[in-house]
Amino acid sequence: MMRFMLLFSRQGKLRLQKWYTATAERDKKKMVRELMQVVLARKPKMSSFLEWRDLKIVYKRYASLYFCCAVEEQDNELITLEVIHRFVELLDKYFGSVCELDIIFNFEKAYFILDEFLIGGEIQDTSKKSVLKAIEQADLLQEEDESPRSVLEEMGLA
Amino acid sequence: MPAPIRLRELIRTIRTARTQAEEREMIQKECAAIRSSFREEDNTYRCRNVAKLLYMHMLGYPAHFGQLECLKLIASQKFTDKRIGYLGAMLLLDERQDVHLLMTNCIKNDLNHSTQYVQGLALCTLGCMGSSEMCRDLAGEVEKLLKTSNSYLRKKAALCAVHVIRKVPELMEMFLPATKNLLSEKNHGVLHTSVVLLTEMCERSPDMLLHFRKLVPQLVRILKNLIMSGYSPEHDVSGISDPFLQVRILRLLRILGRSDDDSSEAMNDILAQVATNTETSKNVGNAILYETVLTIMDIKSESGLRVLAINILGRFLLNNDKNIRYVALTSLLKTVQTDHNAVQRHRSTIVDCLKDLDVSIKRRAMELSFALVNGNNIRGMMKELLYFLDSCDPEFKADCASGVFLAAEKYAPSKRWHIDTIMRVLTTAGSYVRDDSVPNLIQLITNSVEMHAYTVQRLYKALLDDISQQPLVQVSSWCIGEYGDLLVSGQCEEEEPIQVTEDEVLDVLEGLLVSNLSAPVTRGYSLTAIMKLSTRFSSVNRIKKVVSIYGSSIDVELQQRAVEYNALFKKYDHMRPALLERMPIMEKTASNGPTEIVQTNGETEASMPDTKHLPLVTQPANQANDLLDLLGGNDVVPVIQTTLPTKPASAGGELLDLLGDLSLSGDPAPAPSVPISQPPFLLDGLSSQPLFNDTSAAIPPMTAYSKNGLKIELTFERTNPNPNIAVITIHATNTTEADMTEFVFQAAVPKTFQLQLLSPSSNIVPALNQGSVTQVIRVLNPQKQQLRMRVKLTYTHKGSPVQDLAEVNNFPPQSWQ
Repeated sequence: MMRFMLLFSRQGKLRLQKWYTATAERDKKKMVRELMQVVLARKPKMSSFLEWRDLKIVYKRYASLYFCCAVEEQDNELITLEVIHRFVELLDKYFGSVCELDIIFNFEKAYFILDEFLIGGEIQDTSKKSVLKAIEQADLLQEEDESPRSVLEEMGLA
Repeated sequence: MPAPIRLRELIRTIRTARTQAEEREMIQKECAAIRSSFREEDNTYRCRNVAKLLYMHMLGYPAHFGQLECLKLIASQKFTDKRIGYLGAMLLLDERQDVHLLMTNCIKNDLNHSTQYVQGLALCTLGCMGSSEMCRDLAGEVEKLLKTSNSYLRKKAALCAVHVIRKVPELMEMFLPATKNLLSEKNHGVLHTSVVLLTEMCERSPDMLLHFRKLVPQLVRILKNLIMSGYSPEHDVSGISDPFLQVRILRLLRILGRSDDDSSEAMNDILAQVATNTETSKNVGNAILYETVLTIMDIKSESGLRVLAINILGRFLLNNDKNIRYVALTSLLKTVQTDHNAVQRHRSTIVDCLKDLDVSIKRRAMELSFALVNGNNIRGMMKELLYFLDSCDPEFKADCASGVFLAAEKYAPSKRWHIDTIMRVLTTAGSYVRDDSVPNLIQLITNSVEMHAYTVQRLYKALLDDISQQPLVQVSSWCIGEYGDLLVSGQCEEEEPIQVTEDEVLDVLEGLLVSNLSAPVTRGYSLTAIMKLSTRFSSVNRIKKVVSIYGSSIDVELQQRAVEYNALFKKYDHMRPALLERMPIMEKTASNGPTEIVQTNGETEASMPDTKHLPLVTQPANQANDLLDLLGGNDVVPVIQTTLPTKPASAGGELLDLLGDLSLSGDPAPAPSVPISQPPFLLDGLSSQPLFNDTSAAIPPMTAYSKNGLKIELTFERTNPNPNIAVITIHATNTTEADMTEFVFQAAVPKTFQLQLLSPSSNIVPALNQGSVTQVIRVLNPQKQQLRMRVKLTYTHKGSPVQDLAEVNNFPPQSWQ
């Protein structure tokens, strides 16, 4: 299973962290720091896989962001790369040509998308369309919550 | 109080901070505002505030005061609140926090909510971070949802169930009924998560595994449909239909087929089909192939399929994509033991990977190369590996050197090749070899009798070039000390003998002593080597001088050695030849195990009981003859108390220091990784019990000798574990009015026995019975023959030397029966 996923920039700024095992806050910070160091030190020619502690790390760089997953010994690294890619595609579709800034300013949405894609480190749905539709619907629900007030107000009728 | 600022605005503001301090200030200010807002129990802005808190938490700032607020958000009716609340819970409220259990009720309610997206939030949260208690409380709800027809919920419930099972394995049973028709779903999301759930159950419970084996045909069918079906836009990835599902099914098949012939047979065809038909141009196809290979290798597949799998891995090795090469090497490493021949076919490709730029690939290639070395390819492989050793990163050198030594030991085609290989490793990676290599190499060299001259010559030449690599220097010093006579006499047959004088050799060794590059251990080696040469070279005076200089060395170890060697020159000169003679051949019991030192004698027949026949090292004839004369005739084997004054990095097989204490004083030499550092005395190889733990019935003591005031009494012990060993302690007492100084006790036993003399307690027998000298003798008597002993006593009494011989025959029967 996937133990955790991290998104961080080239400058070592964390943009998203999702942990699928209960870990102490202090340990999380330590692991993140350590892992960022290791991954950022990798040269472009190197493979996307490395061993770290007792886990396998699968990482890929998309523009200025590193997507980094920790999986267990028996997990398939190549398909993990595909999982990462699928997540990026979802973000891309949702935000329309996603860039790091989108994820910075809309981090909670990035989390919502991730949580619609994976649960407990495993894929919920292999259909891109299905995942995006669910997010869309949930967003609509959110708007319904808020809209009654703001629409009327905007129209100056409240 | 003005409305709290919006999330986006906060983010924007914080990003304008130019220094860490500025950022911290902004954060603190905002946190204070948020705190007071929380205190006001404001429902309107709670969501916004928690969102901001989560952002600050991601930057690394503490956010624990928001935990309860998350709970309030979860309990709210608004979807927006719930969304942020659950996110906050997942980020801040893991099972280590006490308050997390308060969530349970909310989640329970939300699991039954009318809106499926709310239910989804609850399932997701529970499935990501639910604690064991929460899982126990809510498992029933999850089970219910697992049976719903709503595929959106069903897929989430399945993954939630996986988490529940991971947390509370006992609850697995309750999910069994719900799994009944999971695989008949059309929805890929449900299919995928169901396969994950089934996998989890089968991995955890052998009973479940048996139960679900019947699903193999259905799984095979689903997989087949995926492969054969046409283009399905919804699940397509680079022309492959739902690769994620394919991989998961393959993995489940692996678990089901493991150690079951029928299941394995049922999946044979589909595996072959996937293996041959999958498009390999993109990573996704290779991911499926990879999983297929793993499955084929793990189940009871027929050999044709296995070969197919290994060939796929072989093709992977040639792939441009380094990720593919990486997984190929990893998999090959796993299979090299079981499918050795198949992997051998790809040996040259693997060896090429040694030159790859990626560190992980290089490491795997190295490990795999060592696994593939055998008697047939040793020369070629070693050439590649030595080349690799030359050029690889330092992090590899130690492992590579060890690997080379191991491989050379197992498959060396000739002794010369072996020695040459070792030389090569020592000269190129000499500082990286492991500590235990040094004693192992010394052992190897000692045992390669005919190569001594060649070895010492090459090592000497290497020393002339470079004295910085300590293991090399240590082995070289040892060899020169041991075989220096061969060096100066120019006896080398294998190559052109070099002309070197004794002085030149001593120059080199003395150079090591003074060089800054030499480690303390190396200096010890060097000093001992110089000392040993005193019996092999003629320039004894020079050696005496060196030794006496180091008697006042600051290094305690060197000082001790020098002092002892000095003493050897002064008071025990007659023993020096015996002490410093050639090392006997060492018998290795295991490659890292304790070594049995076989006592040898001057005669060439090696009829040692319990030991293998070994060619004896030719011993300098003179000193052996001393004892032979002593004992007269050939039926008695003289015991040469060959104790090694040096302790070559404490590999097994040290003998006691004659002049030192009874116990092996803690050697400052780097304690190697050999855990079996208990000094295995000659007879220890037969029993690993400590010496004196015997509690057998007391054997009566006896008087062995009594003449001119010197009395020698013997007491006995039988060490229990090995009844063939008798431990005899001599007690020497002196009734005259003058001390007997420089007292030395020597003994010899018949050929069928073996004897070992430990160090005496002292060599002065005080006058008038004021004390005694004790010494322990261990006798091995496997043939249970009657024990006889000849003893020789030498001492100085009232200024004049005394020497006497005696025979001891009246041993009590219990001591040898």
